[in-house]
Amino acid sequence: MNDTAAELKKTPLFDVHRSLNAKLVDFGGWNMPVQYSGILQEHNAVRTSVGLFDVSHMGELTVRGPEAEKLVNYVSTNSATKLKPGQAHYSALLYEHGGFVDDILVHKISSTDFFLCVNASNQEKDFEHIRSQNRFDAEVEFVSDRYAQLAIQGPRALTTLQKLTGTKLSEIKYYWFTDGIVAGVPARIARTGYTGEDGFEVYVAPEHAVDVWNAILDAGQEFQIKPCGLGARNTLRLEAKMALYGHEITASINPFEADLGWIVKMDKGDFVGRGALEKISEHGITRKLVGFEMKDRGIGRDGYEVWMDNKPAGWVTSGGPSPTLGKNIGLCYLPVESAVPGNSIQVIIRDAPVDALTVPTPFYKRPKG
Amino acid sequence: MNYPENFKYTKEHEWLEADGSTGKIGITHHAQHELGDIVFVQLPKPGSKVTKGQTFGSVESVKAVSDVYAPVSGEVLEANELLAKSPEKLNEDPHGEAWLIKVSLSSPDELTGLMSAAEYQSYVDAE
Repeated sequence: MNDTAAELKKTPLFDVHRSLNAKLVDFGGWNMPVQYSGILQEHNAVRTSVGLFDVSHMGELTVRGPEAEKLVNYVSTNSATKLKPGQAHYSALLYEHGGFVDDILVHKISSTDFFLCVNASNQEKDFEHIRSQNRFDAEVEFVSDRYAQLAIQGPRALTTLQKLTGTKLSEIKYYWFTDGIVAGVPARIARTGYTGEDGFEVYVAPEHAVDVWNAILDAGQEFQIKPCGLGARNTLRLEAKMALYGHEITASINPFEADLGWIVKMDKGDFVGRGALEKISEHGITRKLVGFEMKDRGIGRDGYEVWMDNKPAGWVTSGGPSPTLGKNIGLCYLPVESAVPGNSIQVIIRDAPVDALTVPTPFYKRPKG
Repeated sequence: MNYPENFKYTKEHEWLEADGSTGKIGITHHAQHELGDIVFVQLPKPGSKVTKGQTFGSVESVKAVSDVYAPVSGEVLEANELLAKSPEKLNEDPHGEAWLIKVSLSSPDELTGLMSAAEYQSYVDAE
């Protein structure tokens, strides 16, 4: 192992990944599995049966105290007040200018106790950001090192996980969570995910991560469960049009541009970035995120330039093959008036324009039932 | 993996099977394994020129784009059409039916700088 690799952070499952012959990569400073058996196989396992991901690199913060709800409401765009205890939602931390600090999941244990799941590479920044905005009777704590996180995703996720817990999983609604026991150890069980499938994200103490991981793989054996890496996680989330920090959302993008207006609750009172968003709403946005499908041979990838009417018009934020659809898909920013389905665009691939078409999103929506 | 004895290899993980004044070019087993699931292959048209050490096409996996470099200079006689429809063949048979291009060699003496199968094997082992 070279010096760079030695400096990378590891999850409690690092040795397990190595023993499973995972291909490991530097992901935002973490030595993470990008694939085990192959991205396509892993992707398909999640769409048709069940897959297991180690997402222990993700960060966890708690906000507690008499005014915890006030602080969460003040630093994030969604309404913490509307959440019921045991419910979670997707939200964002913004800068004063309206750009993204990060996108986050907010879990409300009670109005005095919140559990936030944040992006791995942003966790220290998010913690400092929230603390810097804390003028309330609330305490922000950095608790990432107390949790490993496993995502069990796919139509067979519930049946698989149910073998390992007395908690009645079918009673946890989508984007709700509960504390229970999984494979004999205390766990926070949330019906959330980043794949577009049904599934659960399970938070356990790091010292239990290996046992819980192995127990889930055993329980899912009858469904040909596959350990899945970040490669499949990315193709799955792209099909479901879920944003990735650093791609669809950055400090220079605001939620309206990112098509995330639904997580901004302007009627809830003041919050960081609200003033800027009001101005932006008044003047209207100039660019917006839209999906596209390649029409000609080629794959439009992250960072590629997009042209319309023989002029530069925007850029690809995420792009690649869609294993489920058998097409090459992507997301891009375009002038707002063009960011609607049905427009011909060209993605510049190695200096050559390749035809693509803007399309409705999400690219994939799981069958109901 | 057995790397064919009659092939020559590059540090960029291409192989060349020379036969007199023509040659067949592909990527190695090691290259396809490192790339993972291959989903797209872009190759030059017959008649175009390739130059030793210069990129002549690309191979894309789900995650990444990888350039392929010409082990020798020459003119493209044929591009493997199988790969347009079935890029995954590159994962299955990189030394056989999933060759990339056939070329006419413009300077056969360029072969001397390439690695033998044994040399390539130790190069890969050391990587």
